[in-house]
Amino acid sequence: MLRTAHVKIATAAAGLALLASACGTTSGGGTTPSAGGGRAKPPSLKALGSVGAGEGTVNILAWAGYAEDGTTDKTVDWVTPFEKETGCQAKVQVANTSDEMFEKMGSGTFDVVSASGDSSLRMIYAGKVAPVNTALLTNYADVPAFEKDQNWNSVDSVAYGMPHGWGAQLMAYRTDKVKPAPDSWSVVWDPGSPYKGAITNYDSPVDGIAAAAVYLMSTKPDLAIKNPYALDQKQFDAAIALLQQQKPAVGTYWASYTDAQKALESGTTVVGSTWQIIVNLAKADKAPVESVLPKEGATGWADTWMVDAKSPHPNCAYLWMNWETKPDVQAQIAEWFGEAPANTKACALTTDKTHCDTYHAQDEAYFSKLWFWSTPQSDCLDGRTDVKCLPYSQWSKAWSSLRS
Amino acid sequence: MTALPPAGTSVAPGVPAGRRLSAWLSGRPRVRLAALLAPPAIWLTLVYLAALLALLTTAFFSVDEFTNAVTRTLTLSNVRDVVSDPAYLRASARTVGVAAAVTALCTVIAIPMAFFMAKVAPARSRGLLVALVLTPLWASYLVKVYAWQAMVQPGSGVIAWVLRPLGVDGPGYGLMAVVLTLTYLWLPYMVLPVYAGLERLPDSLVDASADLGAGPWRTFRNVVLPLAYPSIVAGSVFTFSLSLGDYITVQIVGGKAQLLANIVFANYAANLPFAAAIAIIPVLITVAYLAVVRRTGALDNL
Repeated sequence: MLRTAHVKIATAAAGLALLASACGTTSGGGTTPSAGGGRAKPPSLKALGSVGAGEGTVNILAWAGYAEDGTTDKTVDWVTPFEKETGCQAKVQVANTSDEMFEKMGSGTFDVVSASGDSSLRMIYAGKVAPVNTALLTNYADVPAFEKDQNWNSVDSVAYGMPHGWGAQLMAYRTDKVKPAPDSWSVVWDPGSPYKGAITNYDSPVDGIAAAAVYLMSTKPDLAIKNPYALDQKQFDAAIALLQQQKPAVGTYWASYTDAQKALESGTTVVGSTWQIIVNLAKADKAPVESVLPKEGATGWADTWMVDAKSPHPNCAYLWMNWETKPDVQAQIAEWFGEAPANTKACALTTDKTHCDTYHAQDEAYFSKLWFWSTPQSDCLDGRTDVKCLPYSQWSKAWSSLRS
Repeated sequence: MTALPPAGTSVAPGVPAGRRLSAWLSGRPRVRLAALLAPPAIWLTLVYLAALLALLTTAFFSVDEFTNAVTRTLTLSNVRDVVSDPAYLRASARTVGVAAAVTALCTVIAIPMAFFMAKVAPARSRGLLVALVLTPLWASYLVKVYAWQAMVQPGSGVIAWVLRPLGVDGPGYGLMAVVLTLTYLWLPYMVLPVYAGLERLPDSLVDASADLGAGPWRTFRNVVLPLAYPSIVAGSVFTFSLSLGDYITVQIVGGKAQLLANIVFANYAANLPFAAAIAIIPVLITVAYLAVVRRTGALDNL
């Protein structure tokens, strides 16, 4: 209850910020929008040269479960030892959506953010985050090559962050209500689904539309969708039509992980898109909930720690990134959150020795099969040049219209 | 406080500065007026109107198609998107419907409550009754909304549990739950003005109506209601506009339903100009509502 209230208060405060930010729209500077969809280079910003003594404080904007200080579960705490070791007091705020992270970064309010792929590139091009000096990232060498220099953490081979971990947007279901155990997304997309009214969907433009596109890739092959983040008008319209058709069957679109957890626990929702941590927390409360990666594949997220371009505590920010990606801390996070750790040295340290196998942490083939959140652009991400794809602004507009 | 010397014992040399200032002001009524009005005027223009104006201006800015960062190129496309998409027209109608339903429910509940408090209950218990009506305002908004989540929760909620023997389902999450919760939240804002209005109504008018042969219903309709009308309208301005802007209740008990404020909240991070364009709608609705209220003359009799 208390945690939920905190999240809601943060939500309310963010809402109040609308008027405030409306006054300061001049701060949009940094990007140079260029004609014809091709993008200008990101604003040139300097990475930190060397890590000095900590500034005493670090402000962290993170996904739920990424910076635990023992308040959720007394035994789950890697923030307190960080504070003791480095002298940097960690002030953590949990973000619910990528848009929220995008909005809050760039002003120096936060030093580091655990950005996902659907906001990271936008943050880079908007000049909100600075490149990182990989020589100062003590665990960078232990991250498998297939996670580095990806289009959500680098631009022109310049790294903008430290990989944190990754995973799939899974399907959660109530084992007592959803029988037989589902292995396909059809239980949430099929108009005849018996779970009508108790289906849940993640309230995010990028993940929501891409998830529909992933399902269409296997059910409507004639649409020829090659990448769910590269949709031309026809493919995009098909995805929106699928979402519109699903809408009456959806009970809730969840944006806060605590609300998603409560809905699964009470049985208000019985099946739908989830994060493993939601399922873990619900199971800890003894709710009959399981998760599955359906056969059609799934969207996924690969999260990166990034440093704010105006970070007032850059030394503590680097100390945090290094702490957070240490093998032993990565092992704790990976098991608590339910994801593949970026630092594969963590695999030897997990209490469940099969954890990294379960999450395919070192499996490049599996990694390449997940559709990691990316920012849609008008230059199609799948390399097509004969058509224009719909850029992010169109995705967010269509999602807003769908939800209204 | 105790350190202050007794009044009259501290005689400052010469005339005190305060006295000199008031002497200087006494001959200058315009300066006095300006000093009186400056703080509210500055507050209104700088804090209130400037913020609104900035919001309205933002609605005409564009965003970068890739980062969605605000660029200061003027465009009508946000407003056009809002007007041309029937989804937002429906959302506006839904929002006005919820606000009207909440206002109607609050009125129906508040009038008998306020009448009892002002006319029936013994005078000495009135203060206590007013305090009781105000008690819910002491609890946090969120606590009350989450309490209502437990009330309307489908299957295991209190309402569903009470209705189960009758073979009826509870309202579950949705607009009905939003209307119930908002009615609960805003009821004191309707009861208080109506109570104040009825308290001013002389008992002799009710007695006279009865003496002239009117039944209780006729007295209520022809005497009490017309005289209480301005205070009902005053209360409705609160309940209507508070409902129009609420989004947290809708998030918690509304299921997938979205009102205008939810759309603003969902978009402000991703696309601020579009959120600003949506935010103009409730401003227009409120202005229209106040204009209608003013035409009825209710505001003159407050």
